[in-house]
Amino acid sequence: MNKTWNNKAWFMVLPVLLLVAFSAVIPLMTVVNYSVQDTFGNNQFFWNGVGWFSDVLESDRFWQALGRNLLFSGIILAIEIPLGILIALNMPKKGLGVPFCLVLMALPLLIPWNVVGTIWQVFGRVDIGLLGRTLDALGISYNYVNNVFDAWMTLIVMDVWHWTSLVVLLCYAGLVSIPEAYYQAAKIDGASRWAVFRYIQLPKMKRVLLIAFLLRFMDSFMIYTEPFVITGGGPGNSTTFLSIDLVKMAIGQFDLGPAAAMSIIYFLIILLLSWIFYTVMTSSDEQA
Amino acid sequence: MARITLDHIRHAYGEKPKSEADYSLKEVHHEWNDGGAYALLGPSGCGKTTLLNIISGLLQPSEGRILFDGKDVTYLSTQQRNIAQVFQFPVIYDTMTVYDNLAFPLRNRGVAEPEVDRRVREILEMIDLSSWAKKTARGLTADQKQKISLGRGLVRNDVNAILFDEPLTVIDPHMKWVLRSQLKKLHRQFGFTMVYVTHDQTEALTFADKVVVMYDGQIVQIGTPAELFEKPKHTFVGYFIGSPGMNVLPASIDGSSIRIGEQTLDLDYKPQVAVGAKTELGIRPEFISLSRDGMPVSISKVEDIGRQKIVRAEFAGKPIAIVVPEDGEIPADPRVTFDPAAINIYADSWRVGREG
Repeated sequence: MNKTWNNKAWFMVLPVLLLVAFSAVIPLMTVVNYSVQDTFGNNQFFWNGVGWFSDVLESDRFWQALGRNLLFSGIILAIEIPLGILIALNMPKKGLGVPFCLVLMALPLLIPWNVVGTIWQVFGRVDIGLLGRTLDALGISYNYVNNVFDAWMTLIVMDVWHWTSLVVLLCYAGLVSIPEAYYQAAKIDGASRWAVFRYIQLPKMKRVLLIAFLLRFMDSFMIYTEPFVITGGGPGNSTTFLSIDLVKMAIGQFDLGPAAAMSIIYFLIILLLSWIFYTVMTSSDEQA
Repeated sequence: MARITLDHIRHAYGEKPKSEADYSLKEVHHEWNDGGAYALLGPSGCGKTTLLNIISGLLQPSEGRILFDGKDVTYLSTQQRNIAQVFQFPVIYDTMTVYDNLAFPLRNRGVAEPEVDRRVREILEMIDLSSWAKKTARGLTADQKQKISLGRGLVRNDVNAILFDEPLTVIDPHMKWVLRSQLKKLHRQFGFTMVYVTHDQTEALTFADKVVVMYDGQIVQIGTPAELFEKPKHTFVGYFIGSPGMNVLPASIDGSSIRIGEQTLDLDYKPQVAVGAKTELGIRPEFISLSRDGMPVSISKVEDIGRQKIVRAEFAGKPIAIVVPEDGEIPADPRVTFDPAAINIYADSWRVGREG
């Protein structure tokens, strides 16, 4: 077969190339640029090498914020993944309940981040919030403004409320793709409810669970808007996650160099962790 | 192992069936002998799988009862009925090894591990997968997977019956032959009651002692392969069994003579046909002989299929098929004769016997 060669075809990729360049490559390179230079103003920059990187890596502030991030992601993954599976398993498979449940599940996902933050900020307020007042009336001391534990609880409950649906929807998609014959065969083989879950449903949900896990990890690791709106990083620094610290540093203190270095480290951490999760979770596939 | 009695079973998928047409399975009243090999044969959507699922307990019949050895099991679950079933598409637990897959139904029933091991090894030997025992089931080919599905059905030696729902659909033709022979061998060895659903007549006729032909939600004939071939009870059976199927020609009856178009044939008995019934004559292509004597036909096409020739012709204005041996000649002025013993008369699609 004769192939027609026409190098003009390269022009076809040009729009995408430009788009990616302007939306990703150029901004990223600006950050790289800042991270290796210092300035005393007047738009004069000079080379600083890896100075900012070692500054960031040596600061307690960075490691504490990173620790908070890991703790937060760990907690919400430990809640949202099992809870999502549990809800998906109990959702109806046919009938009128299906669209009803799907819409109900999709609702929190449609609300913008800052609105979610605001909703919970107001909801949890001790003076006017429904949650705050109710807990207060029940005699439970709750105040997310000056109690570290309450602030964390509020953020976790809010994230679970906002994002468990995503896990549910993904798991549900995995579940409905299982042919009826599998359940029939399991009945005939005398499998228990647990065995059906362990040997049929879980293996079939594995791929979507991997996606759910990665999405929820990356997203929760980058959390910014909600704690910013609800607690502003407080009380003290107790909810100051990497992203909040980064913004404080870049816009609050205008330390562009350290902030750029931190951005890159932050980005590399997410990339590394996602890669590790992905490798670990897919490694069993290749043994077969 | 058990004798299975279907006592006036009917089934409709929708709720509150109103007319006969709402039933996907019209009344079935029948008994399956202990240790028999049955095939349920019929086109897609004729209710074979429905009937099978009713026997296994995956489906509750809308009406009627099912008895195993005279004991009512209509409301018992699949597990309580102790039935094995193999599905059209292989169902394997792909995170388990081949060995664990086969052991699964036994372990779920709390069989002791040495006994599990003995039976699983026996089955592995039988389905020729011994060397795969420790491998994950995921990497297997479709027919190996289906062998595991079969094996999971066979591993329990106390089952009342084994049901097969078109189990060889996904298997390569040459493997089909091998697996079918293995199944037959197993049947002879263990004497399970086996019910085998298929739409492939070769499969049904080679597998079963008795073939149950289903059409439009009802059983139209139960018989040995020879009976289905020689005396199809319903024109559908005639069409469906045999290749090419039976020739069915509109006819009118007057005493013992039959008129087809311009032609008249004489029978040695008087078929009893109700007034106003649609009368047809059925004759298999194998029993029509082509020669220089008899009734005139015009040949439209000759298909040479190797060991024989299929002649497509027009007889009394209707298309018919005639099977001619490979060395049989086709005369220039062709005429046909029908073997009188092979003529079947149908009234409203049902066979009118010599008897009555």
